[in-house]
Amino acid sequence: MAEQQENFEIDLGNLTAFDPQHQFQSIPDNREDLVKDCIAHATKLIQAVADNLFSLPSTEDASGPVVPLPQPTTKLPREKPLPKPAPPTKWEIFAKKKGIQNRKKDKLVFDEQTSSWKRRYGYDRVNDDNDIPIIEAKMTDEPGVDPFAKRRSEKKQRVEKQEKNRLYNLKEAAKVGALPSHVQLAATALPITGTQTAPRKVGKDELQNVAGMAATSTASGGKFDKKLAGEKPPKHDKKYRKFLPVVEGSGMGSLEKQQSDKILNKLMAKNSHEIFNVSKAVDMYNVKSDKKRRNQQGKSSTMSSKLKVKKSPYKNASKGSSKKGGSSSKGKSGSSSSKGNQSECSFG
Amino acid sequence: MLHIKTPKSMRAKRALEKRAPKLVEYGKKTLILHGTKTSNVLNSVLTEIYHLKKDNAMKYSRRNDNIRPFESGGETSLEFYSLKTDCSLFVYGSHSKKRPDNLVIGRTYDHHIYDLVEVGVENFKSMASYSYDKRIAPLIGSKPFFAFIGEGFENVEELKHLKEVLLDLFRGQVVKNLNLAGLDRVYVCTAVSSKKVLFTHCALRLKKSGTIVPRMELVEVGPSMDLVVRRHRLPDESLKKEAMKIAPELIKKKEKNVSKDAIVGKIGKIYVPDQEVGNASLPYKPKGVKRERREAKAAKGEEKHAEKKQKKQDEAEDATA
Repeated sequence: MAEQQENFEIDLGNLTAFDPQHQFQSIPDNREDLVKDCIAHATKLIQAVADNLFSLPSTEDASGPVVPLPQPTTKLPREKPLPKPAPPTKWEIFAKKKGIQNRKKDKLVFDEQTSSWKRRYGYDRVNDDNDIPIIEAKMTDEPGVDPFAKRRSEKKQRVEKQEKNRLYNLKEAAKVGALPSHVQLAATALPITGTQTAPRKVGKDELQNVAGMAATSTASGGKFDKKLAGEKPPKHDKKYRKFLPVVEGSGMGSLEKQQSDKILNKLMAKNSHEIFNVSKAVDMYNVKSDKKRRNQQGKSSTMSSKLKVKKSPYKNASKGSSKKGGSSSKGKSGSSSSKGNQSECSFG
Repeated sequence: MLHIKTPKSMRAKRALEKRAPKLVEYGKKTLILHGTKTSNVLNSVLTEIYHLKKDNAMKYSRRNDNIRPFESGGETSLEFYSLKTDCSLFVYGSHSKKRPDNLVIGRTYDHHIYDLVEVGVENFKSMASYSYDKRIAPLIGSKPFFAFIGEGFENVEELKHLKEVLLDLFRGQVVKNLNLAGLDRVYVCTAVSSKKVLFTHCALRLKKSGTIVPRMELVEVGPSMDLVVRRHRLPDESLKKEAMKIAPELIKKKEKNVSKDAIVGKIGKIYVPDQEVGNASLPYKPKGVKRERREAKAAKGEEKHAEKKQKKQDEAEDATA
């Protein structure tokens, strides 16, 4: 809501007023006077902010009127990147597919065995396996197996499986860079607050690159180095430069010409509007003017032919030369006239 | 397998969560540092900036030989301190023959340097040199007013930058609701020339004016100084774009078909879609029949049904007859 009021730019969200127009009549030499001037003007600015601020709808609080502030209009940068949404865990994907919804469960559950309220999970919980002193044998039981030990090991396996699943989900989150903030990877000593990524394993390609770089440090470019087991000769992944035959011919021989033609055409096409054959244009113009003159001569031939014959070549020559010499000056002095010439030529 | 560390205590977990990136951020914390050498003036400048920002700042008192914010390689330990203390603003003071009383104000994004402004401090007047009624002294952490005066803040790039940085440094937290009784400080910045900015801190007195809006009165309480802009470094364009991002969750979508009227209140338009009664599927869906048959039945079902019914009716008629 940058409001214009007496040309002040007001940003209510930041309680800021900016006067871009104010100029001091004469900057006083004394700093104290200058400060005084500034404060006097700042008072005006602050008053303008306050006018806006106090006109907002307020609610009375014990300590004073509380006013809802609008969002600041001056954009300032964030201090940390936006948090990334964590990818759904495997269970969340499954639950969504099946339409399973989270329901709140009570922390305490009534235990019928002891007829008392007990915790659902944790120490001293309801239906705790550890509380059962006797397990009744079934017909299917194998002799010689301790049912208590079996149950303990099963429980342990379940816990391990859950831990594995948890790690998998964390790994997936780490890939996107959306680890929960309280979880940190062991390699990073400081808390993950922004975009620190997990240390990567060095890949096969990267190792090859490093080996290639090391090879270039020898004079032979690694040609005579001892090869490790399974090491391949370095790949040349850039294109080799090919030269086309210069001698003209058919097939490959004409390729060179084609290439240069292509480039030339491109250049010509770009500047085609500028191409203007001066000598041809001048010739045409001369021919035209000659024709005109001849026509005129045919109509009014009062003078003797000798005089004319004598005059005309001289005139012609002078005109032609002046044309050639003056074409540039003409172009400079009056572009419209030269343009007219051009158009005439093209039509003719 | 990744080795994963999690905090062992709830307190540690909370501390870590405080530092995590958030959708809506609190105010930025400020780190105040000394360079290799600082003059007497600069020492007091840094302390007073710390006093102004005491609620949300961190002051290191040791000298730092290897911090040179403008040089490559000189920002390493600065960025480390920023990460360690979770500060995203820093004020770094250094004093040398070439640049006396030098103050570098900078911001970080994701704990990497975002932008820098270097100013020289002149004509410094400390808070202690002002005498005023201590009852009007601004309280720590109160939301300040800002007054920027002069066209320099609009035309000169350095000053435009400085304005933004000063605003970011002193504005504190962005708030939604503001208690008007708590307004008690003003920062006044005046662009005197294209290089020089006059900076001063005033207390605010609200005086009765007879209207709702009280009359503002500024009382200079210091510190006051002249900032002469030296070097500055603008943020990288792509980095700036990223840092200015607003979360899509926070952008309000325009509410369609709802309007508000002063008298009637909220008015909504409702569009009832075509009911398509003809295409409505019937609830009868036999299960336990092979799919092919079920589909065949669904295709033909209705006709047969009708026929059967007719037949039955015929039979019934026969029986009656």
